[in-house]
Amino acid sequence: MNPTLESLIITVLLSALPLVFILVYALVTLYLEMKVAAHIQDRVAYMRTGWHGVLQPFADILKLLQKEDTIPAAADRFLFILAPYIVFVGTYAAFAIIPFTDAYIGSNIHLGVFFLIGVSSLVVIGILMGGWASNNKWSIFGAIRSAAQMISYEIPTALAVLIVVMITGSLNLQEITKFQDGGIQNWILFGGPLPLLTKLLLLPFTLLTFLILFTASLAEVNRTPFDLPEAESELVQGFNTEYSGMRFAMFYLAEYANMFVVSAVAVALFLGGWSSPFGEFMSGPVWGAFWLIGKAMVFIFLQIWIRWTLPRLRVDQLMYTSWKVLMPFLFVCLFAVGLILVLTV
Amino acid sequence: MKAVATYFGNIFNSLYTVAVGMKITFKHLFVPAVTLQYPDVKLKMPERARNRLYVNIDDCIGCDQCALACPVDCISIDTIKSTPDQDLGVTSTGHKKRLHVPKFDIDIAKCCYCGLCVYPCPTECIVMTDVYEFSEFDRHNLIYKFSRMTEGEIGEAKTKLKKAEEEAAAKKAATAAAAAAQPKPEPPKTP
Repeated sequence: MNPTLESLIITVLLSALPLVFILVYALVTLYLEMKVAAHIQDRVAYMRTGWHGVLQPFADILKLLQKEDTIPAAADRFLFILAPYIVFVGTYAAFAIIPFTDAYIGSNIHLGVFFLIGVSSLVVIGILMGGWASNNKWSIFGAIRSAAQMISYEIPTALAVLIVVMITGSLNLQEITKFQDGGIQNWILFGGPLPLLTKLLLLPFTLLTFLILFTASLAEVNRTPFDLPEAESELVQGFNTEYSGMRFAMFYLAEYANMFVVSAVAVALFLGGWSSPFGEFMSGPVWGAFWLIGKAMVFIFLQIWIRWTLPRLRVDQLMYTSWKVLMPFLFVCLFAVGLILVLTV
Repeated sequence: MKAVATYFGNIFNSLYTVAVGMKITFKHLFVPAVTLQYPDVKLKMPERARNRLYVNIDDCIGCDQCALACPVDCISIDTIKSTPDQDLGVTSTGHKKRLHVPKFDIDIAKCCYCGLCVYPCPTECIVMTDVYEFSEFDRHNLIYKFSRMTEGEIGEAKTKLKKAEEEAAAKKAATAAAAAAQPKPEPPKTP
C-alpha cells in the first residue's frame, strides 16, 4: 500500500478514536446525571427501559434522531445550521490535546494548553451564532449571557493554567502529566515532585488554584450554578430554544463532551492525568486510560452533584465572582508560586 | 477595614454554605427513594374510598331507590313484576324479592362518585369498591351491566306477566260481567 495513504488512514482512525469515546461517555453520563439527580431528590428515575432503565439513554438518542428538524421561518438559515457544528468542532478539537495514556494523545504539540484555551473560544462563537440566528429573544439573551460569561471565565482558567505551567515548565499536557508521574505525592495538587520545603510552601496555593480552576471550569461549560445561558426557568432553553432533533442533540453532545474536557484537563493539570496514584502499581498504557477517565468521571460526578445542590447565580453575581473574587486570589497565587519557585528551586 | 472583613466574610460564607448544601444532597443520595413503582406497587386505598360501583344483583329487589338518588342519572333500572306462582327467593338481608331486574346499568363514565346511591339501598346490594383502574378506549365499554337475566328469561318473564295480567283482567271482567248480569235490587219506593 502507498505509505502516505496508509499513514492518512491511520491518522483518520486515530483522530476518530475520541469520537467513539465521546459517544459512549455521553450515554453513560446521561444515565448518571438522571440517576444522581433522582436519588438526590429521593426519587428513582427511569426504571422501565431495561434493568434500572439502563437502555433509556439509547431511547433518548433514538427519539432525538427521529424527531422533526424544524428551522424557524425567520431564522438565518445558514448560521442556524452551522452553529451546532461549530460548537461541536470546538469541543472536539480540545480532545486533540488530552493525553488519554502515555501512548495516546491526539496531537502532541508543545502549545497544548494554549491551544485548548484558543479552541474553546470557538464554542462561544458557535453559541452566539446559534442564539443570533434563531431570531428569538430568549435565544439572543442566552447567547449574549453565554458570551459574557465564557469570556470572563476564560481569564481565571488561563491564569490557573499558567500557575501549573510555571511549576512544570511546559504547556504540553503530556509533559505536565509525566512531570507528576510516580504516585499521589507527586500531583501538583499537593505541590508536585519538588523538594519538601517547596512542596509545603506551594501546597496552600496549589489547592486554592485547583478550587478556582474547578469553579471557573464549571462556568466555562455552562453548568449550574453558572448555567445562565440555558437558564430554563427564565430563558426557556437559552441559545438552543429553537433547536430540535439532531441539531439539538449536537449541542447536547457538545455540552457533555465539554464537561469531560474540562474535567480531564483539570485532572491532567493537577491530579496526575493518566499516572497511577500508587506509583508503579497499576500503571501502563491501558491502566493510564483507566486512571484518566476514572479521575475525570469523579469530577463529572462532582459537577452533577453541584448541579443538583446549588441554585443559579444572578448575572451581576456571576461577574462579581469572576472579576472580584477569583481573579485577585489567582493573582496572589501566581505571585506567591513564582516567588516560591524562584527562592527555593 | 470593615469592607475587607465583609469581603472575606462573604467568601468564607459562600464556601461554607456550599459545603453545607452539598453535604445535605450527598446524604439524600443514600436515602431510600419515596417513589412507589405504581403498577407493581400500589398504595392501599382508605377504608371508605369511593371508586367503582358494584351491585350484588342477587340481593337487588329492584326498588329503584338508588336510581332516584343519583344526581347525574347514571343508573338505569328496568323491572318486571313476578307472577304469584314464581318464587324469586329472599335477599341476604331477608327481604322478599318480588321483581325481576332485567336491566341494571351503571354508566360509570357519568358517575361522580358521590356515594348517594349506596345509602338508600334497603338490601345494601350497591356498594363502592376500591377498584380504580378501569380506563377504556371506548366510552360505551364504561356502561356496566349488572343484570344476569338472559333475553330468553326476560321474554319468559314478560309473557308470564302478560298472561297473568290478562288472566287477572279476564277475571276482573268476568266478575264485572257477573255483577252486571245480576238483577239490581229494586230501589225502595218512595212513600
